[in-house]
Amino acid sequence: MKSTKGRVFAVAATAAVAALVFAGCAPAATDGTTVNCDDYSKYKGHEGTEVEVYTTIIDPEAALFKQSFADFEKCTGITINWNGTQEFEAQIPVRVEGGTAPDLAIFPQPGLLAKFAGKGLVEASADVTASVDANYSADWKNYGTVDGKFYAAPLGANVKSFVWYSPKVFKDNGYTVPTTWDELITLSDKIAADGKIQPWCVGFGSGEATGWVGTDWMEDIMLRTASPETYDAWVTHKIKFNDPAVAKAIAQAGSIIKNPKYVGDVKSIATTTFQAAGAGVVDGTCAMHRQASFLGGILASDNGAKIVDPTDTTTENGISVFYFPGASADNKPALGGGEFVGAFSDRPEVQAVQLYLTTPEWNNKKAKLGGWFSANKGLDEANVADPVNKVAVQILKNATTFRFDGSDTMPAAVGAGSFWKEMTAWVAENKSDKAVLDAIEKSWPKK
Amino acid sequence: MSARKKAKDIFSSPIASATAILIAILWTIPTFGLLVSSFRPQIDINHSGWWMFFTKPNVTLENYASVLFEGSTTNPPLAQFFVNSFAVTIPAVVFPITLALFAAYALAWFEFKGKDTIFFIIFGLQIVPIQLTLIPLLQLFSKGLVLGGVTIIPNLHITGTFLPIWIAHTIFGLPLAVFLLHNFLSQIPRELIEAARVDGAGWFTLFTKIILPLSVPAIASFSIFQFLWVWNDLLVGLTFGGGVKEVAPMTVRIAEMVGTRGSGWELLTAGAFVSMIVPLIVFFSLQRFFVRGLLAGSVKG
Amino acid sequence: MTESYLAFGKTPWDTIGPNLLQLVLGLVAFAAIVYICFLLASRASVKAQDWLKYLIFLVPASLLLLIGLVYPTIRTLIMAFMDSDSQQFVGFDNFAWAFTMPEILTVLRNTAIWVLLVPLFATALGLAIAYMTDRMKRAAVVTSLIFMPMAISFVGAGVIWKFVYDYQPNKFKPDIGLLSAITKALGMTPPNWLLEAPVNTLLLIVVMIWIQTGFAMVVLGAAMKNVPDEVVEAAMLDGAKPWARFIRITLPMIRSTIVVVLTTTMIGTLKVFDIVRTMTGGNFSTSVIANEMYSQSFRAMDYGHGSALAIILFVGCLPIIAYNIRQLRLERTER
Repeated sequence: MKSTKGRVFAVAATAAVAALVFAGCAPAATDGTTVNCDDYSKYKGHEGTEVEVYTTIIDPEAALFKQSFADFEKCTGITINWNGTQEFEAQIPVRVEGGTAPDLAIFPQPGLLAKFAGKGLVEASADVTASVDANYSADWKNYGTVDGKFYAAPLGANVKSFVWYSPKVFKDNGYTVPTTWDELITLSDKIAADGKIQPWCVGFGSGEATGWVGTDWMEDIMLRTASPETYDAWVTHKIKFNDPAVAKAIAQAGSIIKNPKYVGDVKSIATTTFQAAGAGVVDGTCAMHRQASFLGGILASDNGAKIVDPTDTTTENGISVFYFPGASADNKPALGGGEFVGAFSDRPEVQAVQLYLTTPEWNNKKAKLGGWFSANKGLDEANVADPVNKVAVQILKNATTFRFDGSDTMPAAVGAGSFWKEMTAWVAENKSDKAVLDAIEKSWPKK
Repeated sequence: MSARKKAKDIFSSPIASATAILIAILWTIPTFGLLVSSFRPQIDINHSGWWMFFTKPNVTLENYASVLFEGSTTNPPLAQFFVNSFAVTIPAVVFPITLALFAAYALAWFEFKGKDTIFFIIFGLQIVPIQLTLIPLLQLFSKGLVLGGVTIIPNLHITGTFLPIWIAHTIFGLPLAVFLLHNFLSQIPRELIEAARVDGAGWFTLFTKIILPLSVPAIASFSIFQFLWVWNDLLVGLTFGGGVKEVAPMTVRIAEMVGTRGSGWELLTAGAFVSMIVPLIVFFSLQRFFVRGLLAGSVKG
Repeated sequence: MTESYLAFGKTPWDTIGPNLLQLVLGLVAFAAIVYICFLLASRASVKAQDWLKYLIFLVPASLLLLIGLVYPTIRTLIMAFMDSDSQQFVGFDNFAWAFTMPEILTVLRNTAIWVLLVPLFATALGLAIAYMTDRMKRAAVVTSLIFMPMAISFVGAGVIWKFVYDYQPNKFKPDIGLLSAITKALGMTPPNWLLEAPVNTLLLIVVMIWIQTGFAMVVLGAAMKNVPDEVVEAAMLDGAKPWARFIRITLPMIRSTIVVVLTTTMIGTLKVFDIVRTMTGGNFSTSVIANEMYSQSFRAMDYGHGSALAIILFVGCLPIIAYNIRQLRLERTER
């Protein structure tokens, strides 16, 4: 989740939920009087304190966060200053080095987090650690751990192994949802041969984060063409970036992304924003678009899409998702991402907020507001309302393999640098697979 | 003046005038496109070019109303950032020009060893990219300055106020201001200064009685320049505002709105235009001074 | 919807009020300090004034520059020879990296193109327009329009030019970008403007020229007004054609102003970063050194690489500065 992804994630809540936000403001105030503050007794003793939360998450999603804290703030007397900005990545090092670090920072990528371990980031308190141990899997805790020390607690999650499509368009043309990679290619060929619509829409454009879409494709396919262990070795640089296993993945990604029969003009992928590419599924330009769960919110708010159940083949502008297939139907690896909350201060009120965000109570409260889910074990699926996020939660729970967004855990020089740039050059300049991988390998930090 | 007018008639060439007008039109088209876009409804902006406005004129003030006065949970309305921009800019113009005028005066008229060296160093400091200074200056503002265990400047606890932004702008504006004002001041006739000295005027009286009144045109022209630059600055406001929205200038908010998503364009066009209005007014109303000051400052006939 | 903003439980007025107070307090405090210093100093003895004058006039600016610009420069110089976390000394590794990575070489090449083209075109255009409007009726309208981009922030300029360079890959959707629409109206297929190198760099340079021309025009126009009419008229009586008049009289008389304009534009161009950042994010081989420096330092968090690029930028500026200092020296001895 790079800044733009964070930003986008924020937008994802709009669609169905926007109404809730504004409608929700009123009851929150009246609700407040009936809140049972006993639930918050363990966070007592911080009246009149303020905690700044620095994050990429902005409106409209930020409004939902504010709402989810309302009772907590009222009962504990802690004011949470939600400071959402799209300049988070570039500003957080400046603020930390400059001595004006925020109290809590929501890191959209663990790779960035690692840079601050021992440089102002405070180790999680015993309470926070215990709560994370109880409520999250070891994997998730591990992403917030640097050199054996646990710093940052998981917050939200998302699942990326999705292909967006229109059930109605599929029905009208007699296409069926593929369940294996081969079926996916056969379907793509068939759509291309029919010539009615373009099989795929792909867009890498995302402002200064342009290229991250390409890294997601690579990672998703890497999980399908190589073993999870190889994936881990790749992400941690135990194998080289130009290893044959990686070359195989990029070649397979290229078989779709760089195939003009599937995607039209390959070069313009680099300047097409991923939102604009996704819109193609809604307006009937193309049949399929691979993107994470958050895309639905954007298409709903900006393009009049309706998020429907895959079985709903009649709704005009209805869109849904199918699972980005693996080699076989029972091979279901999933790629996901998430945010992590790290503290730059050990003041008790800061730790209280960090702790509260790890509790099932808060996670359920937040999920109920819509457009959001997390990997918290205490999260009740019934609280995740919309059809796509529901599928995502199930995938998160049932995947044969779950792996975190690889570029987000790589060193920033690669994960937020050369990997993006090279994937962009791969389409924009038709750079060869080998040249791309060699260049990224060369840019990997020496130590 | 009449001679000049005569010359004007003789020299004016229709071809040259036509070319100049053509360039002016060409130069204005992009901005004009933005102005037109800012009055179009969201759906029109996203689905047709701004020039199509003339075939199907749909005017709305909604964009301006919502960007200026509607806030959200994390962002105050633009109107507040608009006020902040003034609070940032006015002192960030006054401070550096005052200090630069002082320094320029000293470098132009005091006699001391190494004054040329100091002047050339200040001139050379123009090339220091602001990006280099972000972290050291922030540390200064948030922690003070400690050298070898000795506190030289204590932590002043000014983070989150306008003070760090003002100081940073002052520092970045100084080199060019000292350079231009020095050029101007050094052209004041030596006889004038010496006559005043003979009459018994001290260096301070000299400054207030002679230097200051004479430098008004140069001060005015540089003020406009510094105003444009501070008002339009993004990096300094973003970094030295301590990351809080309470003191962030308008550019910070506009930059955040850029490229968020397709549907933001109608707000962005209106917001971008609001941010341009003040500098345009400043320039159009004060351009006479601008030219006059430059004339004296950087031109040696 | 207006009342929906209640961040931190505050209305906008809760912030605007104190902010305006800060503004007034800041200005009053500054004025008071200056006033008191002057009051005390002008009453001091002549002997005390001799050192007080340095303390009040020269020391404040020098001190600020020392802390704000000189110290960070030295710090960067040291960091350029250290590793990404500034922990270990690595010699010239960062510079070797900068001069061997193909991407960085592209960045250096682009920067060179910018520094050559922007000052050249902005100054030449500014000069031409200034000359054309020098004796024109109602020139103020024309010059004001051309100067206008100078008053627009880089952020605003990015938004403005988006509506010029936007490219629509889908043939069936209408164009938002002016350039594409014109190309299509002429019966040609528009390229993907900001994608194809080296055209994209040139298109970004156009934006910078668009901004800088007004500045050059105003300054050079001011200088031209200083050329005495008698000189021009005398040349006319000698039968000099406009072009010859321009070359033989106007140009030499405003030469030092041209140097100032070229220098200022060059330094501004070397430091350009916002245009590239907002329009292409430095992708598609359009990055320039100031943008790359920022990305390396604050995105990739490699302070060694970032600092090395800063030093390269610095060294690149030195000849310009050295030339100007020489000019200034010459002028001084002439005086």
